[in-house]
Amino acid sequence: MLAPSTEAELSAVLRDATGPFEIVGGGTRPVGAPVAATPLSTAGFAGIRLYEPGALTLVAGAGTPLAEIEAALAEGNQRLPFEPMDHRGLLGTAGEPTIGGVVAANVSGPRRIQVGACRDSLIGVRFVDGRGEIIKNGGRVMKNVTGYDLVKLLAGSHGTLGVLTEVAFKVLPRPDAAGVVMIEGLSDARAVEALAMALGSPFEVSGAAHVCAGPDGPPVTMLRVEGFAEQVDYRTARLQALLAEFGPSTVETDPVRTAEGWAWIRDAAPFHGTGGDVWRLSLKPSDAPALVAKLNADRVLYDWGGGLVWAELPPGTDARARLGRFDGHATLVRASAETRTRLPVFQPDPAPLAAITKGLRAQFDPRGLLNPGRMG
Amino acid sequence: MQMPTPNAGVMAKKARIVARLREVLPDHAVIHDPEETRAYECDALTAYRCPPLAAVLPSTTEEVSAVLRICHKEGVPVVPRGSGTSLAGGALPTADSVILGVARLNRVLETNYADRYIRVQSGRTNLSVTGAVEAEEFFYAPDPSSQLACAIAGNIAMNSGGAHCLKYGVTTNNLMGVTMVLMDGTVVEIGGAHLDAGGLDLLGVICGSEGQLGVVTEATLRILRKPEGARPVLMGFDSNEVAGACVSDIIKAGVLPVAIEFMDRPCIEATEAFAKAGYPMCEALLIVEVEGSPAEIDMQLGLIKQIALRHNPVELRESQSEDESKKIWLGRKSAFGAMGQINDYMCLDGTIPVSELPRVLGGIKELSKKYGLDVANVFHAGDGNMHPLILFDANKSGDLELCEAMGADILKLCVEVGGCLTGEHGVGIEKRDLMHAQFTEGDMEAQLRVKDVFDPAWLLNPAKVFPLTVTASRREPAAAAA
Repeated sequence: MLAPSTEAELSAVLRDATGPFEIVGGGTRPVGAPVAATPLSTAGFAGIRLYEPGALTLVAGAGTPLAEIEAALAEGNQRLPFEPMDHRGLLGTAGEPTIGGVVAANVSGPRRIQVGACRDSLIGVRFVDGRGEIIKNGGRVMKNVTGYDLVKLLAGSHGTLGVLTEVAFKVLPRPDAAGVVMIEGLSDARAVEALAMALGSPFEVSGAAHVCAGPDGPPVTMLRVEGFAEQVDYRTARLQALLAEFGPSTVETDPVRTAEGWAWIRDAAPFHGTGGDVWRLSLKPSDAPALVAKLNADRVLYDWGGGLVWAELPPGTDARARLGRFDGHATLVRASAETRTRLPVFQPDPAPLAAITKGLRAQFDPRGLLNPGRMG
Repeated sequence: MQMPTPNAGVMAKKARIVARLREVLPDHAVIHDPEETRAYECDALTAYRCPPLAAVLPSTTEEVSAVLRICHKEGVPVVPRGSGTSLAGGALPTADSVILGVARLNRVLETNYADRYIRVQSGRTNLSVTGAVEAEEFFYAPDPSSQLACAIAGNIAMNSGGAHCLKYGVTTNNLMGVTMVLMDGTVVEIGGAHLDAGGLDLLGVICGSEGQLGVVTEATLRILRKPEGARPVLMGFDSNEVAGACVSDIIKAGVLPVAIEFMDRPCIEATEAFAKAGYPMCEALLIVEVEGSPAEIDMQLGLIKQIALRHNPVELRESQSEDESKKIWLGRKSAFGAMGQINDYMCLDGTIPVSELPRVLGGIKELSKKYGLDVANVFHAGDGNMHPLILFDANKSGDLELCEAMGADILKLCVEVGGCLTGEHGVGIEKRDLMHAQFTEGDMEAQLRVKDVFDPAWLLNPAKVFPLTVTASRREPAAAAA
């Protein structure tokens, strides 16, 4: 596999290219329409370039394994704020997720509701575009409005605007403790109300999910707070009192069990190894229960206070046709190659926005070399 | 400061342009009398002034669209204007331009507490967004110092920050959606009450584009529940290095204060003389604020004080009451006013890696000696966003130029240590010609290509952000076509 290890080499590869490339990080997140092209690996851009705990800053090559970054941060008692999801279980992939892949797919987790998505922690990128130009944007400081913010544009561009070579993050302290308030037996609508009430409280909820009834038991609504142990005790108690109208609640503070529970939500574990297509919906939280009812899905998981819905539908079903128009977007994360070719994986944009998107792609990748067709 | 030569063709057809604008706007919304257009000749960077050809004050997205369609057709440059508080000259007109002011677009369109957002027209002031949700104990987090006056439109254009972004982020982290009008009059909706983009993150590149990609008329903003309480601690140190080390240690200890503000001796002396906040006379002063319940605040401040004590502070004062908190913040909040009392000043806002603080402060001291101009430093230390205030005398011939040259050297130093030219004010015209210090031609070209897509005619605020030589090949054909 092509695996340049300097930006100059990568630039030459792209400048001299005669055909398209599929950009590969760890290969664990093949989200998007299938791409038939020569694999081009970012593995040559590996390694942490800078980690300054006192400045809350980490810079790494795009091909650096995520695990290596998380381990280094843990050593400094810090973490990536946005809790990136591991797609391997959901997509049945193997390999080592890379930080560049996290950025390219703007991968976040439950804590997105509190601290923002991957794109919100990303403060700098270096990349090579489809013309072979080596480009930097942003930097290593967390406040930077110098020129246009291409950092955000690159996050979530799924390798279609440029090949990332280096990424820089604002990181955050890793809290000492976590506590989870759980309420059983709520309907979807009541659960989303409970999550909204908690998220509208001053208790800094860092996770707000609802697991529907399933073979594992009755529905469970879950709220996480994190901080110093005293803070966690105080906030879980206040949340319990606040949510009293939703019925009795329990609190879990065991570090292993809370971490496992939220990793299960983060990685969409209820859909691991099931046979259907999996859709990921970002929507207005209070709209979620009614939209989920319209979806008539086989399996559903709510995160982000209801603003994120994972739904499993029979293979080949068009979720968007069931949903009709709504405030948000639906992404077909897991389906056969045939379905991902037939149905748009990413939410189609209205005409003026589609034209802008097309225009941007033509600017950064005029010859269509980078993951052509992946985002539609 | 060089600006492009005004387009004589456009100037010559002023009457026709005004007449067309009056066809789509009420009479009072089209300002063209030279006496009246002077009100729009500058923003808060008052050293540079130029009355526009005309100014328009539309009240709806449809009116904005109609205005832009006319200007697009006539080849007239448009300079969008929020409240005119830009310190970087972002709203400075050219003589051939139409100022598009959003001041009359000031309504709240929707508040939704369950889904935690507010939808406003973009001319609404920053503070009045919080004002609209305060009764329900909510607030809008980004808090630039000009928040009483500055408009959300300008906040979005400059991706404004504030004192509390260490915890809450800047505008881009709190902006969920916009209604925006492109230069050709097309109205687009991007984002909304949901999170993240379904395709490319266009919202992310629009925020901070300094009014060069489109005119934002409505915005969906994230609102948050107010914390139970907040309280600062004030600490004084006998060197900048020690204060810098203390900031770094606080952050490493796992506390995330909502604000860490830093003032140096010249700044402490000036504000003390002006505001009498009772600050200790020392080399460096930190104000660290934390949030939560009274017990949570006690615990966090206890930890912070322990760390501070290891650095031998000359003063350590924890607020015990609302009054004491106000007093601690009083000096910091009057810093700019205090400086204005004693001098004219130029306020920079380069950002540096926190670890480079002592080196940069030392460098600024040397430059101050070299140029013979005093500098006071006040800044957001948690995120490295500096605010050196260079004092000069605007009535003294040559002083402004000297001050600008020194400012340029300070900003180059910020870039040299790994930082950037501007952390929250924007580039505007002020730092336009320094962009080469931070970016290669290729880095800038990539950005210009984005503008090519949104504004192919290069009519929206065209003389800003990038050096004129870099944009000439794009601006000049556009001007010739007009």
